[in-house]
Amino acid sequence: MKTLKILLTIFGAVAMLSCNSNGNKSSKGGGGLASNAAERVYVKPGDHDEFYAFMSGGFAGNLDVYGLPSGRIFRHIPVFSQDPEKGWGYTEETKPMLMTSYGFVPWDDSHHPDISQTNGELDGRWIFINGNNTPRIARIDLTTFTTAEIIEIPNSAGNHSSSFITENTEYVVAGTRFSVPVPQRDMPISDYKSNFKGTLSFISVDPDTGRMDLKFQIMMPGFDYDLSHPGRDKSHGWFFFTTYNTEEAHTLLEVNASQNDKDFIAAINWKKIEEYVNNGGGTKMSTRYAHNIYDEHSHTGTSTMKDEVLMVDPLEVPGAIYFLPTPKSPHGCDVDPTGEYIVGNGKLSADLTVHSFTKMLDAIENEKFDGEAYGIPILNFEDVLAGIVKQPGLGPLHTEFDDKGYAYTSFFISSEIVKWKVGTWEVIDRQPTFYSTGHGMIPGGNSRKPFGKYYVAMNKITKDRYIPTGPELPQSGQLLDISGDKMELLLDFPLLGEPHYAAGIPASILAPKSLQIFKLTDNKHEYATLSEADSKVVRNGDEVHIYMSMIRSHFAPDNIEGIKVGDKVYFHITNLEQDFDTPHGFAIIGANNSEMLIMPGQTQTLYWEPKQVGVWPFYCTDFCSALHQEMQGYVRVSPAGSDVPLKWGTDKKD
Amino acid sequence: MKKLLMISALFTFSTLISCGNSGGGIDAEDASETSTEAVDAVEITQASTHVDLQNKGIGPIKNLELSSSIDQAMADAGKAIYDRNCLACHKPTERFIGPPPQGILERRSPEWVMNMILNPEGMVKEDPLARALLIEFNGSPMANQNLTEEEARQVLEYFRTL
Repeated sequence: MKTLKILLTIFGAVAMLSCNSNGNKSSKGGGGLASNAAERVYVKPGDHDEFYAFMSGGFAGNLDVYGLPSGRIFRHIPVFSQDPEKGWGYTEETKPMLMTSYGFVPWDDSHHPDISQTNGELDGRWIFINGNNTPRIARIDLTTFTTAEIIEIPNSAGNHSSSFITENTEYVVAGTRFSVPVPQRDMPISDYKSNFKGTLSFISVDPDTGRMDLKFQIMMPGFDYDLSHPGRDKSHGWFFFTTYNTEEAHTLLEVNASQNDKDFIAAINWKKIEEYVNNGGGTKMSTRYAHNIYDEHSHTGTSTMKDEVLMVDPLEVPGAIYFLPTPKSPHGCDVDPTGEYIVGNGKLSADLTVHSFTKMLDAIENEKFDGEAYGIPILNFEDVLAGIVKQPGLGPLHTEFDDKGYAYTSFFISSEIVKWKVGTWEVIDRQPTFYSTGHGMIPGGNSRKPFGKYYVAMNKITKDRYIPTGPELPQSGQLLDISGDKMELLLDFPLLGEPHYAAGIPASILAPKSLQIFKLTDNKHEYATLSEADSKVVRNGDEVHIYMSMIRSHFAPDNIEGIKVGDKVYFHITNLEQDFDTPHGFAIIGANNSEMLIMPGQTQTLYWEPKQVGVWPFYCTDFCSALHQEMQGYVRVSPAGSDVPLKWGTDKKD
Repeated sequence: MKKLLMISALFTFSTLISCGNSGGGIDAEDASETSTEAVDAVEITQASTHVDLQNKGIGPIKNLELSSSIDQAMADAGKAIYDRNCLACHKPTERFIGPPPQGILERRSPEWVMNMILNPEGMVKEDPLARALLIEFNGSPMANQNLTEEEARQVLEYFRTL
């Protein structure tokens, strides 16, 4: 703590000096602030960032896109939370995306994004992220940067050890943090022990379409499954989950779940279980969960309720699951790029524990067991241990890896990043964070091929780092250059929501795939207006469907009459633009939902209930041209039961 | 007809002039108008009725010979594209957001029409007639609907039937 204070003081002093030593990358104290930091994060106007960083929004329920090294924010991708800016979760097309077995759930707590891979390397097709509270996994299409699919995870609660993918994106994996009765039932909480269960879910991903399917769940003992990572390369086929609360406490976990000297890392041979399942293994269990798919041609989401899941009892697949004893309430569960080392970041431990995959296989083969838990063999700690990073800091949470054989562990309590060497376990360097760092991210960090140029620390507390904004302050990202021996602090920048984890990828992989427009010729929306000549208003009882088109800078129709109080009005609006960066927006007075943005070539629908007689305006909300202010129209609303005929048009002379 | 178009493109005499790098994103490959009929020398009172059959405009189409007969299949394809991409602003026979295409080839060269469709941003920046049209039509910009050259040619064929 004292060291930290001194470092802070030095940092403060140095930060006031302006330096400009070109190319000199050695730092001289100052909390490791690089002397030419400004130059190294400056992306000059018109130039592009080198990396995309996808930061989870945490309690904001979404995913935000930043650029590195600039720290600029580019995009806010709504996932589990409604977003009135775009109309996500408000338009008729996107409402089904937020359906669950609990009904419409317009919010979640999004945590751990992971980018799709081929052969253990980032391929940039999709990014997955978990919803923690109402367990869900989303797939975001990285050509459109929009949410394409959301699948609910049944028999789970606190979907936290999620969503991590295997190295050919065979599976996206989700684990429950809170164990619960499975199936859910009315029972005393105090009967938790041995009655509550934790499920681990393997969701297959179609290699062509990305379509997810909940292939099987594993019914594990009632521990808390905290985080997970896939094996890779030599350990491909295995998945590793940290656990805490192996005490199976159900109250005051702060104390009662911190009793055991060691909890476990659960090692799951998913290939073995997959084979078992493919040969007819597992038990079909009735349940309920929603599967929501957004079709980019019909521009429409659909929600399907599923009623069955395939449940696997670990005892039925001997040799598929083992426990690796790991001190002490391990949080992060991180696998190095070679797939040999599995790091358990014991939150309450003074040391970092590293297991060896090779030794694990040997211990399994030679049955070096140290008892069992609910029939699952516990491997002998000494026989799987690769090494210990001794006393690196306080409160280790997560470890990331570069491409040069180094690991970077975040320490929450001592607010620092510690760089250590994989294999020798020696501490190489340390860097203070401001403050209380949680996750860290190196682009490609969860793959065989990390891009070890930058490390982004995600800090929970910012206190005095920015101009204050009342009691609520932003969390922050802190960019470190890790290309040299010493880590150098380049930048800290505010982040929205609470970024629990992030995934980064070189812009050179992703940028060329980015879609510019939706082709009108591919638009298969049921209510599309593909030519202005087809715009019309159709009444069906008290339902009114307005087939509207928009282009710079008018709506067709823009004058509508014959609407009555009590009608259910659907504005189906097609943007006829076919040029890059030409969205239009739509809003109408008194709408009880939101506006909506419509991308070029897209159709979206806003529902409106006229409640008052009058003539009510609507307008384009997204500044589109010099005549944007003229992009407006009127709806005449007559009393219920009146006989004003339906009439519509734009520039009609009658 | 398509062949003719391609051959014509090969016999382009326009010199390539690299524009000053203003950073504004103008494609440096666009050929500048080198015709002796300097359009900006002509007084344009009303751009929409102004006749200039020499000006080929700025853009990818350098030379285009139209055959004497109309290719009806091509015109039909052009109408479908026009209804989807253009009709929202251009009514075939009357002024709307922009001018009507009826009779356009009596006022403009086929190359100019194609370039206006394919390169509206460049045209408004560099072609005095296109700029005058923008002003005449209340500053409403001609949208780039990202048609291919083949599609624009089909639309042009449709214009000949109006």
